[in-house]
Amino acid sequence: MSKQKLVIIGNGMAPGRMLEHLFEKSPEAYEVTIFNAEPRVNYDRIMLSPVLSGEKSYEEIVIHGDGWYIDNGITLYKGHKVVAIDRSAKTVTSEHGEVAAYDKLVIATGSNPFIIPVPGKDLPGVLTYRDLDDVEAMLLAAQSREKAVVIGGGLLGLEAAAGLRERGMDVTVLHIMPTLMERQLDPAAGYLLQRALEQRGIKVMCKADTKAIVGNGRVGGVELGDGTIVPASLVIMAVGIRPNAGLAKEAGLEVNRGIVVDGAMRTSDPDILSLGECAEVKGQVYGLVAPLYEMARVAAGHLAGEAGAEFIHVDTPTKLKVTGIDLYSLGDFAESDDREEIVLRDATAGIYKRVVLKDNRIVGTVLYGETSDGAWFNDLKKKQTDISEMRETLIFGQGYQGAEPLDPMAAVAALPDDAEICGCNGVCKGKITGTITEKGLTTLDAVRAHTKASNSCGTCTGLVEKLMALTLGDAYNPAAIQPMCGCTDLGHDEVRRLIKAKGLKSIPAVMQELEWKTSCGCAKCRPALNYYLVADWPDEYADDYQSRFINERVHANIQKDGTYSVVPRMWGGVTSSKELRAIADVVDKFAIPTVKVTGGQRIDMLGIRKEDLPAVWADLGKAGFVSGQAYAKGLRTVKTCVGSDWCRFGTQDSTGLGIRIEKFMWGSWTPAKVKMAVSGCPRNCAEATCKDVGVVCVDSGFEIHFAGAAGLDIKGTEVLGMVRTEDEALEHIVALTQMYREQGRYLERIYKWAKRIGYDEVRRQIMEDDGKRKAYFDRFVFSQKFAQVDPWSERVSGKDKHEFMPMATLSLEAAE
Amino acid sequence: MNAMSANWIAIGTLDDIPRRGARCVKNGAMTIAVFRTADDRVFALEDKCPHRNGPLSQGIVHDGCVTCPLHNWVISLETGEAQGADEGRVMTVPVKVESERIFVSLEAAGAKAA
Repeated sequence: MSKQKLVIIGNGMAPGRMLEHLFEKSPEAYEVTIFNAEPRVNYDRIMLSPVLSGEKSYEEIVIHGDGWYIDNGITLYKGHKVVAIDRSAKTVTSEHGEVAAYDKLVIATGSNPFIIPVPGKDLPGVLTYRDLDDVEAMLLAAQSREKAVVIGGGLLGLEAAAGLRERGMDVTVLHIMPTLMERQLDPAAGYLLQRALEQRGIKVMCKADTKAIVGNGRVGGVELGDGTIVPASLVIMAVGIRPNAGLAKEAGLEVNRGIVVDGAMRTSDPDILSLGECAEVKGQVYGLVAPLYEMARVAAGHLAGEAGAEFIHVDTPTKLKVTGIDLYSLGDFAESDDREEIVLRDATAGIYKRVVLKDNRIVGTVLYGETSDGAWFNDLKKKQTDISEMRETLIFGQGYQGAEPLDPMAAVAALPDDAEICGCNGVCKGKITGTITEKGLTTLDAVRAHTKASNSCGTCTGLVEKLMALTLGDAYNPAAIQPMCGCTDLGHDEVRRLIKAKGLKSIPAVMQELEWKTSCGCAKCRPALNYYLVADWPDEYADDYQSRFINERVHANIQKDGTYSVVPRMWGGVTSSKELRAIADVVDKFAIPTVKVTGGQRIDMLGIRKEDLPAVWADLGKAGFVSGQAYAKGLRTVKTCVGSDWCRFGTQDSTGLGIRIEKFMWGSWTPAKVKMAVSGCPRNCAEATCKDVGVVCVDSGFEIHFAGAAGLDIKGTEVLGMVRTEDEALEHIVALTQMYREQGRYLERIYKWAKRIGYDEVRRQIMEDDGKRKAYFDRFVFSQKFAQVDPWSERVSGKDKHEFMPMATLSLEAAE
Repeated sequence: MNAMSANWIAIGTLDDIPRRGARCVKNGAMTIAVFRTADDRVFALEDKCPHRNGPLSQGIVHDGCVTCPLHNWVISLETGEAQGADEGRVMTVPVKVESERIFVSLEAAGAKAA
């Protein structure tokens, strides 16, 4: 059976979702071609605000990576805008002259931001807020830390304002109406929202109508109707969107506000469908994701030849994605004679709740400050439940409807199976719990992948996790979202991301900004935070020694009796008579009880009193020894074999490469210890294939390995790739280590980190992406400028003297 | 603290101890760990974890506690008691700070040890 040709104009979230449904229903039916005016893959536009504020990166919001298009045999033209549709020939033509024939065509051209037609609207520095290009332009402008004006106090405008404020700009919001978000919020909630924004330093001017944008050659400010000029070097217009229906109109399709489609998403030409923000269904156009995904489901059903799929209008809840502001609004809440309302205000807690009733049934809800009952109210509204029985307690939420207040877990348990959990993707409770059981899902990521719940804006993540806990019981292991420790609810990844995003450069700053629950952290989080700050701000952060474990504080390994052991570096495991003699002399002089050869090819001296450490180091230092950092969450050893220098099988100078790597990388701090090895031939005498990073030399070059383990777990390495020269080997190993330094969780060894993020992802970034690899390499080299200081010689010269001496020694008489 | 009957011995000044850190005072065979918290409170304990005798002076100091460097027991600086699920108590030593100078009282310590 030959496949039909399906051409899609536009590569946004709606057609992306439509294809997912279509491939599920009839994977072999169509040969798909997509024209995307933007030069990129399908990403989550709802998440642009977190990208702007720095809480997420572009990579994190990609929905379909390049691989998805390849796997599904889709031809994707990036950066190709379609300029014409020829309905009689059934072809489309792109601006670059590419012509594609179709059997079925889907128009998903989305919408354009509305530009207020005022003088100065075309000045450089006037932007809209629509796609990643806009975000990138804003980020560039934000570097100036100057003044920005956002025109429009709706959802998009406020998210843009909050993001720019996070980025350090001085932001003013101009809104033409008396209160913010007047279409979703009543005036009381609008006021609370305005106050919350003002508290974070955003100026809000309501009833402000824009008369002109002024400036000489570029934006200088916004002039209001009353003549006031608000100075600005950046102006964002976020006053609304208009369906992008021009192309369809030129092709002679019926167009009203948007492209007119029937309940099955068909335009006036039966072979052409339209969906997304450009489509007009039953007189309505849509901008929120939930109805757009519903259109995708209907359109996919139609393309798969199913009859009966029909788009039905459902009110979609609105949530604002500004960290720290909880806001939920649903339905209609205008006052009228046949309506009643129930209101709860708690000024100290900043809570406002309002439920609007008609005939004892909910028609609208506004929740501010406390939104956990949103799903419950939504469910009551959707089912048109008669609430007269619980009228007295309705406003307090679901928890108060039983005999006693329920805990949040019980509240989720009490939700019916058809209660909507994820508004964006229209996923109900039964679908989530059913899929968890049916597919044996145990992680949040897996639940997201299979059900799409919490996969878009993410505000229902907490609910989904509660459902997982309910469904799986003890089998639910929330390891992926485990808080760092009892001092915070944030996980390691969250904390690392926020350290970078918010530019936090000290432990007190992290604890304050991320709302630590203890005044001074604990022995779990403080060493982790200290590492993250050292790794992220090598030149600016002052290492907090009191937050380091004792071994890293005194640069020796504490033993069970409180004495210490000392391991000097022996580069690549190579030593000399002079070094051995110096070690022998130190052992004699300080009566060191045990001398032991370690697994990493060096010599350990055990049982040294803390007070003697500086003197021991001084003597070792005279013989040229530096600290072997055998105590560090950092580079430990590079084990080698003798290689081509001596071995009759050796193919390369493995000893030389090992020494070179060790000399390049010593002193670097890493999330957990890093042990490496270089073997001169595949016989692998240096046991490189169970190390964090290993190299196996062959005639034609160097095979780089990573993610091995030979401790608590035993695991052979994965192959990273093959390189030809020593220089390349060094560059790849250094880049890999830097990637791990930037992404690893504290105490997470390379093999666990690599498994978590995916071996292929590591290969992709280190082996295939030359730019990324070089950037990692450069960042490592930069941080080494501050890290490669021998800690022993520093202490021999008097640093941290107090560590090694008693504060006082009391005479026996005094103790009597 | 029973300052009246105690025999206070000066051991140094507040500056001698890093914030969120500790120093040792040797008293014959016994070692006393003197701690200084982030908010400049000073405590003294015998330098011996009730679990396996780990040197508490080498641990990480957080809020009013120290975490032993050997096996991560958390000990209250004020009471000497092990926190959480662990059970045990280390001897506390009376300590006071007067105009930046730190004093310990060994008589009381001896009495408690006995």
